[in-house]
Amino acid sequence: MTDSTTTQTTTSSGRTLRTEEMIINMGPQHPATHGVLRLELVVDGEIVHEVIPHIGYLHRCFEKHCEHMTNYQQVIPYVDRMDYCAAMNNEFSYVVAAERLLKIEVPERVQYIRVIMAELNRIASHLIAIGTYGIDIGAFTPFLYCFIDREMILNLFEMTCGARLLYNYMWIGGLSHDLPPEFAPKTKEFCTYYRKRIEEFNNLLTFNKIFVKRTANVGVLPKDVAINYGCSGPMLRGSGVDWDLRRDDPYSVYNKIEWEVCVGKGEMGTVGDCWDRHIVRMREMEQSLIIIEQALAQLPEGDVQAAIPKRIRPNPGEVYARTESPRGELGFYIVSDGTATPYRVKGRAPAFSNLSVIGEISRGAMIADMIAIAGSTDIVLGEVDR
Amino acid sequence: MDPYLLSILTNILLALVPLVFVLVYALVTIYVEMKMAAHIQNRLAYMRTGWHGVLQPIADMLKLLQKEDTIPTDANRGLFILAPYLVFTGTYAAFAVIPFSSAYIGSNIDLGVLYLLGVSSLVVAGILMGGWAANSKWTLYGGVRSAAQIMSYEIPSAFVILSVVMVTGSMNFNVISKFQEGGVQNWLILGGAFPLAKKLALIPFMFVMFLIYYISSMAETNRNPFDLPEAESELVQGYNTEYSGMKFAMFYLAEYANLFIVSAVVTFLFFGGWTSPFGATASGPWWDSFWFVSKCMVFVVLNIWLRWTLPRFRVDQLMYMSWKVLTPFAMACVLAIGLILVW
Repeated sequence: MTDSTTTQTTTSSGRTLRTEEMIINMGPQHPATHGVLRLELVVDGEIVHEVIPHIGYLHRCFEKHCEHMTNYQQVIPYVDRMDYCAAMNNEFSYVVAAERLLKIEVPERVQYIRVIMAELNRIASHLIAIGTYGIDIGAFTPFLYCFIDREMILNLFEMTCGARLLYNYMWIGGLSHDLPPEFAPKTKEFCTYYRKRIEEFNNLLTFNKIFVKRTANVGVLPKDVAINYGCSGPMLRGSGVDWDLRRDDPYSVYNKIEWEVCVGKGEMGTVGDCWDRHIVRMREMEQSLIIIEQALAQLPEGDVQAAIPKRIRPNPGEVYARTESPRGELGFYIVSDGTATPYRVKGRAPAFSNLSVIGEISRGAMIADMIAIAGSTDIVLGEVDR
Repeated sequence: MDPYLLSILTNILLALVPLVFVLVYALVTIYVEMKMAAHIQNRLAYMRTGWHGVLQPIADMLKLLQKEDTIPTDANRGLFILAPYLVFTGTYAAFAVIPFSSAYIGSNIDLGVLYLLGVSSLVVAGILMGGWAANSKWTLYGGVRSAAQIMSYEIPSAFVILSVVMVTGSMNFNVISKFQEGGVQNWLILGGAFPLAKKLALIPFMFVMFLIYYISSMAETNRNPFDLPEAESELVQGYNTEYSGMKFAMFYLAEYANLFIVSAVVTFLFFGGWTSPFGATASGPWWDSFWFVSKCMVFVVLNIWLRWTLPRFRVDQLMYMSWKVLTPFAMACVLAIGLILVW
C-alpha cells in the first residue's frame, strides 16, 4: 500500500483517530467483473470510498482494423466480436449505418427478419445479464435456468445461419441466409414456452425477499446523473427516463409494430436502483416476445439477397446511425472517401458509457453492493474495450 | 494384557469411530449435494465415474491428495499450515459428546452441550488464522467476516440451547434424548413429554426456537444464504482462496462435518435425538443409530436445498438479523418457556 490515504474522525473527548484506507484490486481475474475489468477499490473495511475502473484488457484495435479491410462487408465479423452476447444487434447497427451511407432500400422481408433476430438476441443477451446478476447476488441456480432458455434461442440461430455466437448473418443490403421453413413454428413455440418461464424466474429470483433486500435502494442512479453520463438502454430506463431508440428514433420496421417501452418505477425502493434495472430487463424480454410474434405474423415473402450490392463503394460522405442494442444506444459513425475501404469507422458502445457511471453511484456503498451495482450495469468488456 | 493399556486402546478405537463415520458421511453428502444441486438446476451432474457417477467423490479426493500443496511465499507459514487442521480438529472434537445411539457416546460427560459450544468456536480461530496467514486482502476479508458472523450467531443459538436445557434439566445429549423417548408426540418440537396444557403452551415457543436455531446453524456452517466468508462473487473464495490440495480438503471436510454437527444438535434439541418416532417399536441400539443418522440427514438435505435456491445476504443485513431479530426473539422465548415451566 504505497499511496494509501487516511481518514480522520474526532472522538467526543477530542482525540483524533486515524484509520488507513485500503486499496484493493478487484480483477482483472475476479468472478464478479464479467470479463477482464479491473476495478481499483479504495475501501474502509467493508465500505467502498472510491471505485476506479481500469479498462483496456480486451482492446483489439477494432477501429484500426476497419480501416484496413478490403471492403465494407468485411467489417461485419469484427462488429460481431464487440458485444459477443448480442452479435445480431451489433450487425444490425452497422448494416443500418452502411445502408444509409449507400442509400440502399432493403426489402421488407429482410427488415422483418432482422427485427426478429435482433429481438431474439436481445432476449438471449438479457438472459446472460440477469443470470450472471443472480450469481453476483449469490444465487447460482437462476443462471442455469437462463442458460437452458438461451440454448433454445441459440438453436434457432444455428438453424438459420449455422453459427451460435458470432453470426455474420446480416449483410449490407440483405442477409446471408433466408429463414428455414421450420423457423417460424419453432420460434412461436419458444415464445409461448418462454412467457411461462419468465413468471417462474420472477418467482425464483426477482421477487425473492433476499434478492429484493440486496438490490432495492442500492446503487440509485438519479435521472440527471444517468443523462449526464450518457447512460442508455436499461440503465437509463431503470432511472425512469422513457427513452428507447426503437420508438423514439425508429429504424427498420419498428414503427409498424406495437409494443411498450418499460421504465423503472421504483416499485421496491427508489427509482433507479438495481432492482429497477433488473425488472426493466425482465419486462423488456416480454416486450421482445410481443415484437417477435407480431413480426412473424407480418412477415412478407421475398428474396433476402436481392438488394445486396455487387460492389460497395459509397460516395464520399459520413453517416451516424444508432440502434437500441440490449445495452443501450449502439451507434456507428462511418466516413467514406469514395473507395471500397471505409475511411473511418467509430463505434459508440453503450457499455462504455454505462460503466463510467459506476464510480459515481457506488461511492459509500458496501463491497457487496458494489458487486450488485457493477452487475446491474450489464457490461460486456468486448464492447467497452473494442 | 495390562487393563490400563487395554482401556487406552479401546478409547482410541472408540474415538476413531466418528472419524470413519465422518469420512464416509462426507463422501455421501458431497455426492448427494452435487446431485441435488444438479437436479435443482436441470442438470445431471457426474455420470461417468461408475453408476450415475457414484465414485466421483472418491476420485475428487484422490485428485486433492495428489495436488501440489502450495504455500504463498509471503504467507505466515506456521499459521497457514496450522489453520485447516485447527478447523477440522474443532469440528471433530465436537463429535465426542454426540451419542450416535443409546449405546455409543464418545464421552458421556454432563456438560456435553457446553463442551460442544466451546470446541465448535475453535473453528472461528482456524478460519481467522487461515484468512490472516495467507497474506491476501481477500482472504483477510473472508476471515474477518467469518469471525464476526459465527460469533454473532452463537448468541441466539446459545439461547435456544439454554431453553432446551431448562426444559430437560440436563446438558447431556443422552439425557436430552431420553427425555423425548416414547414416540413423535414426546419430541420437544411438539412440546415434549408434559401434560397436555403445558405441551400446547410450549409448542409455539418451541417452534420459534427451532426456526431460530436452524437459521443460526446455517450461518454457523458458512453456507448459503450466509456464505459471506467465502462469497464467491465478492471475495473470490474467501478465507480458503490460497489453499490447495489436502489443506483445502481439510476445510472442505470440516464444512461437511460441521454441517452434520449442527444437524445433530437440531435433532437432539427438537426431534428426539436417537429415539424412535414410534415409541418402543423399532428401538434398540442399532435402530437408535439408524433413526439418529436419518434425522440428521433430513436436515443436511434441507440445508443443501436452501443453499442452492437462495441468494446471499449482505454483511450488515446478516448482523441485523442476528442482533435485532433472532437474539431478541430467542430471549423472549427463553423467558416464556421459563414461565411455562414454573407454571
